[in-house]
Amino acid sequence: MLTYVAKRLLHTLPVAFGVSIVCFMLVHIAPGDPLTSVLPPDASAQLQAEMRKIYGFDRPLPVQYGLWLLKTLQGDLGVSIATGRPVASELWRALGNTLMLAVLATVIGFVLGCLFGFVAGYFRGSWLDRLASFVSIIGVSVPHYWLGMVLVIIFSVQLNWLPATGAGPGGSADWAWDWVHVRHLILPAVTMSVIPMGIVARTVRALVADILSQEFIVGQRAKGLLDAGVFRHVVKNAAPTALAVMGLQLGYLLGGSILIETVFSWPGTGFLLGQAIFQRDLPLLQGTILVLAMFFVGLNLIVDVVQTMLDPRVQRS
Amino acid sequence: MTAATLEAIAKVEKSPGYWSGVLRRIARDPVAMFALCVIVAMILMAIFAPWIAPADPYRGQMLRRLRPIGTAGFPLGTDELGRDMLTRLIYGARLSLTMGVTPVIIAFFIGSAIGITAGYVGGKLNSALMRTIDVFFAFPSVLLAIALSGALGAGIFNGLLSLTIVFIPPIARIAESVTTAVRKIEYVEAARASGASGFTIVRVHVLGNVIGPIFVYATGLISVSLILASGLSFLGLGVKPPEPEWGLMLNTLRNAIYVQPWVAALPGLMIFITSISFNLLSDGLRSAMDIKA
Repeated sequence: MLTYVAKRLLHTLPVAFGVSIVCFMLVHIAPGDPLTSVLPPDASAQLQAEMRKIYGFDRPLPVQYGLWLLKTLQGDLGVSIATGRPVASELWRALGNTLMLAVLATVIGFVLGCLFGFVAGYFRGSWLDRLASFVSIIGVSVPHYWLGMVLVIIFSVQLNWLPATGAGPGGSADWAWDWVHVRHLILPAVTMSVIPMGIVARTVRALVADILSQEFIVGQRAKGLLDAGVFRHVVKNAAPTALAVMGLQLGYLLGGSILIETVFSWPGTGFLLGQAIFQRDLPLLQGTILVLAMFFVGLNLIVDVVQTMLDPRVQRS
Repeated sequence: MTAATLEAIAKVEKSPGYWSGVLRRIARDPVAMFALCVIVAMILMAIFAPWIAPADPYRGQMLRRLRPIGTAGFPLGTDELGRDMLTRLIYGARLSLTMGVTPVIIAFFIGSAIGITAGYVGGKLNSALMRTIDVFFAFPSVLLAIALSGALGAGIFNGLLSLTIVFIPPIARIAESVTTAVRKIEYVEAARASGASGFTIVRVHVLGNVIGPIFVYATGLISVSLILASGLSFLGLGVKPPEPEWGLMLNTLRNAIYVQPWVAALPGLMIFITSISFNLLSDGLRSAMDIKA
């Protein structure tokens, strides 16, 4: 087990290294000079050269990358051009909001997905299967930003039950777990949960159907095992994969939250990313993407290790 | 060899093949056929938009902004600039379908080429290619698409480029794993032993066996690509106004949800119908080809 973890870690390091290069290069594939958003358009050549020196853009790329990486590893992601505040502190606040949303959405999606997937797989071929499968295919096909809009139309505009945007009356700074704030969380979390719901349901359906058709289940049934006993076997066999899918979905939601956060003006990393893009705040863009991607890399590692711990068969294959 | 045996061989070769079996099975799948009809209708709508659409997609009138669904002369209402919604939804199919489907097609060719090469050649080249692919795979797809098009800036070409880059890694991965599996089968060994060149082996023996699974996987990506492409335009990346595109229309109509909520929701419904049709067709194809998810 330990050797597996070590091997997996060794595999992750070069990936993380590559991810950091891609994030670093993002600023350099951007059209125009990275300085254009800092300097007035009529800045003199001398001023431009000076700024270039201050930001380090006058050095060769590999040197720039090395210096950037060194600073990043110390937790310094640079300073946001738009606000003048350190990127790391802006990100830290937003990350909390996005995590709250993504974790809640994953939990909702996982519970519903397991339920639909299990029902569909257990009663394979019946109308229940068709209904559950239909719901799960809607989950993976619906443009979630549009679903968010539709939910806002129904529950905010027409029924006036829930707030349409924001994270609370006073913004995100004073978040508390009371009804005033939690109401703001409901619509975005439900919208977000639709994707993992669909994917978990499809995975669980395939898993359950596969396990039920295996000989040991048929054998156990022939020996008189009751449905409850069969259920236990199915859960034991399906759980590692289902949990792994859930873990990865959490990563996808964290990284892909921008669309839903835009719809609901939710003050998370996605919202920050949107700001960074439209104000051409390249340090903020770079930092946010780096942190989100690293989160995903780390989550992948954890999911793999946990899955192997739960189900040693994975390691052998 | 006599003429009779030659004829017999020719007849054997003409026997209904794998693909005609797939076609026959999918033709019997009512859900997949329905989805196919919807997709064909969408494509025809896109091609013949100028002949079908009742009005000009760009010209609006300030005096008739945001009319509800069912207004005389504007069956689906008008948008925030007084343009006919029905017309813009019909025209929207052009850019939305192009932006959604093209990246997957290009990524299918590039990704397959990378994956098959890596899988067939193996060794160091495989490691080098697949480790590079791993790096891009380490980004959640939405994040990578937005990061790339965010850095490159808005525009149709940048959107297409970002999405293509997003879909190459997953396709290359599937192609690599399928090819690696096929390479170990005896008839490939036999072909190599009989002196066939690498290119010939891939073309004759490998391609036919790996292209099916890769193709099915790629069709499954189309719905993701459609949602993402319109999502980019929805964010203000991708297609720029005043072009009719469903995601962009959804974006510009967002503020109208308090005035004409259901008119504002229409473009999203189009994305939804298209994406679910592609998913259902892909599912049908998958089971017709008997490929496990």
